[in-house]
Amino acid sequence: MHASGQTLNGSEIFIECLRRENVEYIFGYPGGSLLKVYETLYDVKDIQHILVRHEQGATHMAEGYARATGKPGVVLVTSGPGATNTVTGIANAYMDSSPMVVFTGQVPSSLIGNDAFQEADIVGITRPITKHNFLVKDVRELAMTIRKAFYLATTGRPGPVLVDMPKDVLNASCTMEWPESVEIRGFKPTIKCHINQVEKVAQKIAQAKRPLLYIGGGVISAEASEELRTLAIQQNIPVTMTLQGLGAFPGNHPLSMGMLGMHGTYWANQAVNKCDLLIAVGARFDDRVTGKVETFAPQAFKIHNDIDPTNVDKNVKVDLPVVGDAKNFLAGLLEVMPKERENRDSWLAEINAWRKLCPLSYSREDNALRTEFVIEEVSRQTSGHAVVVTDVGQHQMWTSQFYTFINPRSIISSGGLGTMGYGLPAAIGAAFGIKDRPVVLFCGDGGFMMNIQELVTAVHHKIPIKIFLINNSFLGMVRQWQELFHKEKYSFTDLGDSNPDFVKVAEAFGCKALMADNPDTAKEAITEAMAWEEGPILVDFRVVKKDMVFPMVPAGGSISDMLLARLNPKTMV
Amino acid sequence: MKHIISVLVENKFGSLNRVAAMFSARGFNLESISIGETEDTEISRMTIVTRGEDQIISQVLKQLNRLVDTIKVIDLTRQPHVERELLLMTLKLTKTQQHEIFELINVFKGKVVDIKQKSITIEVIGSPEKINTTIDIFRVYGIKELARSGAVAIHRGE
Repeated sequence: MHASGQTLNGSEIFIECLRRENVEYIFGYPGGSLLKVYETLYDVKDIQHILVRHEQGATHMAEGYARATGKPGVVLVTSGPGATNTVTGIANAYMDSSPMVVFTGQVPSSLIGNDAFQEADIVGITRPITKHNFLVKDVRELAMTIRKAFYLATTGRPGPVLVDMPKDVLNASCTMEWPESVEIRGFKPTIKCHINQVEKVAQKIAQAKRPLLYIGGGVISAEASEELRTLAIQQNIPVTMTLQGLGAFPGNHPLSMGMLGMHGTYWANQAVNKCDLLIAVGARFDDRVTGKVETFAPQAFKIHNDIDPTNVDKNVKVDLPVVGDAKNFLAGLLEVMPKERENRDSWLAEINAWRKLCPLSYSREDNALRTEFVIEEVSRQTSGHAVVVTDVGQHQMWTSQFYTFINPRSIISSGGLGTMGYGLPAAIGAAFGIKDRPVVLFCGDGGFMMNIQELVTAVHHKIPIKIFLINNSFLGMVRQWQELFHKEKYSFTDLGDSNPDFVKVAEAFGCKALMADNPDTAKEAITEAMAWEEGPILVDFRVVKKDMVFPMVPAGGSISDMLLARLNPKTMV
Repeated sequence: MKHIISVLVENKFGSLNRVAAMFSARGFNLESISIGETEDTEISRMTIVTRGEDQIISQVLKQLNRLVDTIKVIDLTRQPHVERELLLMTLKLTKTQQHEIFELINVFKGKVVDIKQKSITIEVIGSPEKINTTIDIFRVYGIKELARSGAVAIHRGE
């Protein structure tokens, strides 16, 4: 390790700073503006550079790594197209509050603004989708900028930060000065909750007859699952979670109500509708959760704890806001709440009645292979302890319903942006970070094609991810909306005639592959896949084409508009 | 309701863009924005005039605060403050109207900054409301060109 005070060039300073930030992996792709960095990287042994096959893949990998480990993901790409290819991944990390630092090469300072070869104003392009971004103009500012970037990405509400590094800055030399501390006067997030507010929350909980905890991804990024579990059990409060919050509270506990919102469970949504106290923690009242905001939790006194004050009163007006870190909030509540278990039997009985009235179910009669079966079987075989990555669409919602998440940091899914193509690279990134639990990916046939090139990355590094391809030869979620709301005009969603043979494709990439088209072979294929440790394995599950995800609250609708099954039985397969 | 917001930001390239881009990305109304260095050369003061209901304004203030380059956000609307805007305006000058124009310039406490055979350029300083009135009144004399600075504002001293 280089000591502070040595003269280094920009590229060496860059690597040295990553070392100081304890970076294990760089997900990157070389190019003209970064040649000096790659020259330096060639001899670096303590930080592993993972060569992706498309820069978008690098961003999703870094995010998968970040979500699985809690540590910031690091991306390194060249200027121009390298940089613009990261835009979707950055936007995704921004929407889902994932810590990530993206380093982009830039043309030499003297050429900036001249429409130089491979020039793009990536700082301008990514301003609205980063927490903050920097253009480094002088090699003497490089170390401090990198320090600030990591600090910003990981402090308060996490998010992506971009650092643009012109070629001449990376070539220039200066004395390396590692700043031990970092101070940004415009960035002072509120971590500690106001004690008066926390006491008011405690009073409200004590008075409530029908309280409900509404838990988002903030609880997981704050590492507050333990506090949540203690509080919910001690106070006997049922817990519903957002897509990003799943696993914050064990899904097999009687107080767990699964996910709420558009494709949430019937009982969770009924509980939202009937609760007299809603305690939102690290959640942001997203439109996929609330539906029509005027009818969301109409009887409830609403409490909202969030680390980002802009989330408070953004979509839904709340009665008692508490700005601060979720762990600080829940720990604070535990301190001031009485320890005896509250009797809320009649409320829990009401919820259980809803659970019995309308459980999650699917047809098993025709021996056809269904996504729900595949997910349920994977959940059973992994005892809910896998790191589960999804792509976007029907399989994603079925995963939220049929995989029983026991631990935090177990679901890695593109929630806010809804990025198809996220799943495969995110699963690879997660597997780089987590070696002691299996990493499984549920991915549709549409999304799989969007970043299929990263299969090479997985094969090359022998990453033992289980790729469970949910192949219905349709863009299933779009098809569902077309059937329900667009006159059954299946406009450009049928991939049946054009999809490749995924087993052959995987094999061509050097990936082991299986196919299953009925429940029995599917079960065997899952067992075989879970046991395969020599690299990635893909199972092409040929599932029924026309199944739909229920329950469903149509966009902008109320709980009373919830669809529980297909309206027109004619179209059933 | 109209709000006048004073924002202290880091005096760095991109600070103005971040604020303006945030307003457009979130669909907030932006009536005027002006920026200049303060007594501390590392800090710029932005004065923003916007309109919206209380819930929107509360979001505007929070979103401004959230920007990393933002050091301080003050909604001056309900606090004692001084608000000024500069108007530069060139009018057609004719013999018959000359007298009236000069009288009106005095009424608005304006100054003549340039005068030619057929045109006159004046400056007027005042609240944005006064500037609106000034423009309205002078319109009948034929405005050739005008430029407004946007409002700047500051707390009244103790």
